[in-house]
Amino acid sequence: MDENLAAIWLTLRLAATVTLVLLLVGTPIAWWLARTRVWFKGAIAAIVALPLVLPPTVLGFYLLLTMGPNGPIGALTQSLGIGLLPFTFWGLVIASCFYSLPFVVQPLQNAFEGIGERPFEVAATLRAGPWDRFASVALPLAKPGFITAAILGFAHTVGEFGVVLMIGGNIPGVTRVVSVQLYDHVEALDYGQAHWLSGALLLFSFVVLFSLYTFNRRASSSVGPRV
Amino acid sequence: MASDTGVPIDAHFTHCYDDFVLDVDLALPAKGVTVLYGQSGSGKTTLLRCLAGLVHAPGGVLSVDGEQWQGDELFVPTHKRPIGYVFQEPSLFEHLTVEGNLNYAQKRVDLADPSDSVLSSNEVIELLGIENLMQRKPNQLSGGEKQRVAIARALFSQPELLLMDEPLASLDTQRKREILPYLEKLRLELKIPIVYVTHSIDELSRLADWVVVLDQGRVVANGSLADVLTALDSPMQLDDAGVVLETTIRSREAQWALMRVSFIGGELLLADNGRAEGETLRVRVDARDISLTLSQHTDTSILNALPATVIEISACPSQDAVLVKLGLGHQSIAALDESKVIDEQSEASRDSSEMLLSRITRRSAEHLALAVGSQVWAQIKSVAVLR
Repeated sequence: MDENLAAIWLTLRLAATVTLVLLLVGTPIAWWLARTRVWFKGAIAAIVALPLVLPPTVLGFYLLLTMGPNGPIGALTQSLGIGLLPFTFWGLVIASCFYSLPFVVQPLQNAFEGIGERPFEVAATLRAGPWDRFASVALPLAKPGFITAAILGFAHTVGEFGVVLMIGGNIPGVTRVVSVQLYDHVEALDYGQAHWLSGALLLFSFVVLFSLYTFNRRASSSVGPRV
Repeated sequence: MASDTGVPIDAHFTHCYDDFVLDVDLALPAKGVTVLYGQSGSGKTTLLRCLAGLVHAPGGVLSVDGEQWQGDELFVPTHKRPIGYVFQEPSLFEHLTVEGNLNYAQKRVDLADPSDSVLSSNEVIELLGIENLMQRKPNQLSGGEKQRVAIARALFSQPELLLMDEPLASLDTQRKREILPYLEKLRLELKIPIVYVTHSIDELSRLADWVVVLDQGRVVANGSLADVLTALDSPMQLDDAGVVLETTIRSREAQWALMRVSFIGGELLLADNGRAEGETLRVRVDARDISLTLSQHTDTSILNALPATVIEISACPSQDAVLVKLGLGHQSIAALDESKVIDEQSEASRDSSEMLLSRITRRSAEHLALAVGSQVWAQIKSVAVLR
């Protein structure tokens, strides 16, 4: 039971960290994707969306290589004195960021695109410079998109399995998240524990999706772009 | 350049996109309402967006009141231009209340000298009648209310130039009628120039002091309202020939419920609309509502008949009709020529509102043997009071 709670706590910590990082990183990416007209926009959009279709194990495999002792990121972290990232909490965070990136970027991008050009033109005629326009128009008008992105990014990170297994292994309290813990229970034929954990995840997923849909219906009936 | 010639808004733009070409070279007056008139696709909105800096037409030159906004290497971005812009759709910030929208504009204005302000906040709020809307969100407002707030918001940014892009086009007739009086008040109260885009002859007649007619990206007429309306070769003449007269209410004939108004060139009797004596009225007389007689008729039901002299006759495209330009009063041809000379010497000093246009059949023109210099009586069948 303690192990289950440790796994849940680790999972929540991981998901919260990843969500925070992704909102910070994903916002400029989504903003750029929503506004740019450069020819390679499609390529960037495809790369961001890759984790949607790629088996998580493939992503985990490549990340393991790049963050490993012979990979470029591994070389960098070692030279910085951080050591190697695989099989650490922060290794998991980075891997999960890649994995959940599209779930944060796409709602944000849709939200930014849904604002259209007009509010920014209005703001410009009211003396708002580019940064001012972003802060005073884009952010508040994209608020429903931010809420959706945060919920999806968080929930999707909670549910990951393949990437965690590849990059984090199964270290209690460090990388053993709920989904891996569940796998262990089943392998050990400990169905009682497995039921407990599965039921908790099922309830969690339902609550998340339910609140998301409720919120979206409210948001689209009042103001803001629909996502 | 502008300060040298005293031309307040000096704009030169050549801008192409897709198969549309905007090619204008304009000098606009520093005060009053300049109406950019034209059908959709004539480039009037694009021109307005160029003035605002929302469209960057490379190679364009723009100076306003002696200040260069666009030139060789120079392009002042929209947010650094002291303009107010009213879009066709109200475009309020949906996440802010009415008050929030107004504050958005006010917060970003940096007035060194508060007495420079166009109008104080309270004046603007009162002028547009939005006192009771301040705490509402945009989605709780009607279309007309939204547009009034949008106009107020533009004024809150203390513009030195107010640009309006068909502010009434997205509204139904009822709402238009609701807003036009506010625009007319603006025209009287504001010291700053207004550039107003429209394709409505009604809005043009009511608001314009100066008119620029655009067609397919080119300027086809540019002059005072009266000049543009009475130019027989103007594209305005196709359907909507007529003149606009600035009149002053002189006296009442209470027993008939009529009032007598005067303008440069004559007097008219109009239905009493209850306005006070001494107030000004802008009226429109359509060319098709003026018939011509060679002698003064007294046995007619027509109230308003004015002596006039034919200045110019031109054929209408419809073949059956001609358009006759009339100078008011009976004048000799010599006097006409003389006035033309004066006209050329001091174009601005002459008010052409003593002109009328009459649209009659070609048959009638021939029957009356009308020619330049003919002295006639213009019988005015109806006069529309614009404001």
